[in-house]
Amino acid sequence: MFGKLTLESIPYHEPIIMVVAAFMAIGGIALFGLITYYRKWGWLWNEWFTSVDHKKLGIMYFIVALVMLLRGFSDAIMMRTQLAMAAGDAAGYLPPEHYDQIFTAHGVIMIFFVAMPMVIGLMNLVVPLQIGARDVAFPFLNNLSFWLFAVSAILVNISLVVGEFAKTGWLAYAPLSGIEFSPGVGVDYWIWALQISGIGTTLTGINFFVTIIKMRTKGMTMFRMPIFTWTSLCANVLIIASFPILTATIALLTLDRYLGMHFFTNDFGGNMMMYVNLIWAWGHPEVYILILPAFGVFSEVIATFARKRLFGYATMVWATISITLLSFVVWLHHFFTMGAGANVNAFFGIMTMIIAIPTGVKVFNWLFTMFRGSLELTSPVLWTLGFIITFTLGGMTGVMLAVPAANFVLHNSLFVIAHFHNVIIGGVVFGMMAGLTYWFPKAFGFTLSEKWGKRSFWCWFIGFYVAFMPLYVLAFFGAVRRMQSYPNTEWQPWMILAWVGAVIIMLGIVCTIIQFWVSIRDRKQNADVTGDPWNGRTLEWSTSSPAPFYNFARLPEVGDIDSFWSQKQRSEEQLEEAPYTDIHMPRNTVAGPVISFFALVIGFALVWHIWWLAAVGAVGVFVSFMARVFNDDIDYYVPAAEVERIEREHQQRVEAQA
Amino acid sequence: MATDTLHHGATAEPHEHHDASGTKLFGFWVYLMSDLVIFGSLFATYAVLMKGTAGGPTGADIFELPLILFGTFALLISSFTFGMGVLAMHANRVGQVKVWLIITFLLGLCFLGMEVYEFQHLIHEGYGPDRSGFLSAFFTLVGTHGLHVTFGMIWILVMLVQLSTKGLNAMTRPRILCLSLFWHFLDIVWICVFSFVYLMGVL
Repeated sequence: MFGKLTLESIPYHEPIIMVVAAFMAIGGIALFGLITYYRKWGWLWNEWFTSVDHKKLGIMYFIVALVMLLRGFSDAIMMRTQLAMAAGDAAGYLPPEHYDQIFTAHGVIMIFFVAMPMVIGLMNLVVPLQIGARDVAFPFLNNLSFWLFAVSAILVNISLVVGEFAKTGWLAYAPLSGIEFSPGVGVDYWIWALQISGIGTTLTGINFFVTIIKMRTKGMTMFRMPIFTWTSLCANVLIIASFPILTATIALLTLDRYLGMHFFTNDFGGNMMMYVNLIWAWGHPEVYILILPAFGVFSEVIATFARKRLFGYATMVWATISITLLSFVVWLHHFFTMGAGANVNAFFGIMTMIIAIPTGVKVFNWLFTMFRGSLELTSPVLWTLGFIITFTLGGMTGVMLAVPAANFVLHNSLFVIAHFHNVIIGGVVFGMMAGLTYWFPKAFGFTLSEKWGKRSFWCWFIGFYVAFMPLYVLAFFGAVRRMQSYPNTEWQPWMILAWVGAVIIMLGIVCTIIQFWVSIRDRKQNADVTGDPWNGRTLEWSTSSPAPFYNFARLPEVGDIDSFWSQKQRSEEQLEEAPYTDIHMPRNTVAGPVISFFALVIGFALVWHIWWLAAVGAVGVFVSFMARVFNDDIDYYVPAAEVERIEREHQQRVEAQA
Repeated sequence: MATDTLHHGATAEPHEHHDASGTKLFGFWVYLMSDLVIFGSLFATYAVLMKGTAGGPTGADIFELPLILFGTFALLISSFTFGMGVLAMHANRVGQVKVWLIITFLLGLCFLGMEVYEFQHLIHEGYGPDRSGFLSAFFTLVGTHGLHVTFGMIWILVMLVQLSTKGLNAMTRPRILCLSLFWHFLDIVWICVFSFVYLMGVL
């Protein structure tokens, strides 16, 4: 009846998990109670969950990502604590099978459920505004993508309490992840969480690609697009071309595990190295999916706060395009030790080094933008400066890893861990924090507290170096990744230092939480009435904050790069005030959350081999999808009078402040 | 593709709408490209595992070309009949569109019947997908294509219902065009399967 699911599947004997579960339950019940008490369920459902407004979806992506960041960071600090303790004969406090789940969950959560939703959330919030569009190409799909992602996050969290998570590392290398060596449900949770959210990501990629290609406003040619839009476009190309590989690879692993096939098994003609190749053929483009939009954020931030046009716009675009193409021919550097031979390794080593060139071009562009600009040291700029320093360092250790001979020594050591945290924290996390601070007023209508933002930056920046520089050192002592304890007590001081770094980073996260609290409290003082708090350059700053649901009352026209900026410089008075027209908008839809709910049912049922429930889920997906397909009432017109009323109210607020 | 023949309600100004059906078709093209990457991954997998027979049968031992050829022709002809259906749509003949769709559906059914027979026959002989890496890759590649054909046939049924209840309008026209793209796409993939898996297998 319930497949492999029994009451024993809940790990009562693990006190840590039970305490966490208790906290989650208390928090969940408290949240549920509050929403019920304030009667906000209807509002949540109608205004947010079923919304097809890209700005609201962007905010929801960010909320889920920040919650998952807490979960992923808890994993991180648990690991650091374990390693600070478990030297010599000491065993630490985490048994190996639990430690293995934690490092797997940490990687999976940070990449798929923190970094990805932040990047996609920022794209949602910003890209349509930057290109002067009223929505994305397929608003319903956008909502569906979000919910497919959200239910996958739920599935990962269910694994904490019901059953177990994978103990295989974040990419679940076969044959370890095969049924022979991982007979439990952990890998199955991994499979279905990634499969469901991956499909959502592919849909997002298609959606935003089409949006950027097809829905730019009048006059916005490709080479007048803001850099963040360019980097998002390239990231979406990467999503479209690489996520299907992930889908296929996970499907093959699924067939191995569920139907006894032999794609990645040791015997019967399977080939486990094919798994590693396939997963990295997706995995390397994936890291550029994360970093390219971050590059875009830094470009916008630097140009805005240096009060200068970005240095080398065209080279920035071509560097982005080069990285996009090159990112598909470097995957093998993740496993030089496979033994593909000197020539193959040399090719991939050289390709990897070549990819550092366009990245270097970008760094110089940012530096030259600051050069002789009047740089204002706001917190987004601090994140950007921190990024330039940290990412350049991380890039150099990356080039070291790209030397096959050096790689044979460094492979699987803490050097690799230090390197990719160097680029992911220094690049993606700093980028997303900068983007969050920069575009927060556009989403909510008030700016974030600068004081707490800067405190958060300094904690992250210092904490990063204290936490990860010791790992480079430890790597040269011979410390490997994914170890739960170590015999050499000489390593312990470095491990304790790394733990201190993690604590400093935790303070950074605490500062961010305080920053939200303080900023929401003081939202009246920090209100952004004009819609242009930073004296911005691109179209998103030309509309009010928060932007009206239709984004632009009149679609803007563009004649240049940074068109809004030049328009302000010319201080042209609105010559002809064209009359407002009716605006065509998509209706909210329940289809996204409902379809995704049934997808969650399918995922959970397949993890536990509850076949009838999986069938129920499949029927649910089909029926709810058909209900959407047969629904003709999917859009409406906002009357011109309504547009005029909203715009006049905004005008009055602006005049009242002036 | 025939985006130029698509007209939607005259209520909205063209730049307001951003040519909704053109966007849909373009988006569907992009989706097909991403689907192509899935097939590409499966072809690559097949190429790697082709020799991994683990003492089991090779392609030459189990492929029955005449049967496959029959299915192939059914699918190729179904692409032609779907094309006729799209022409009928451009001529605004709903009845004819439905007839061509039904014929396409039946041809798809022939193809699928061939595949189910082949699979069932192989499994019965003891050459199921769990026999060897080669058979895993074979069943998965061909089966994924078959699954797509199945979805295409369900889609045809849905469109038949919509054509009967809604007729040809701004909603159903782009859907028919997307479905036709999907169907031709599956044809092209099948030609690759036929040459790469079956013909090269028996060589």
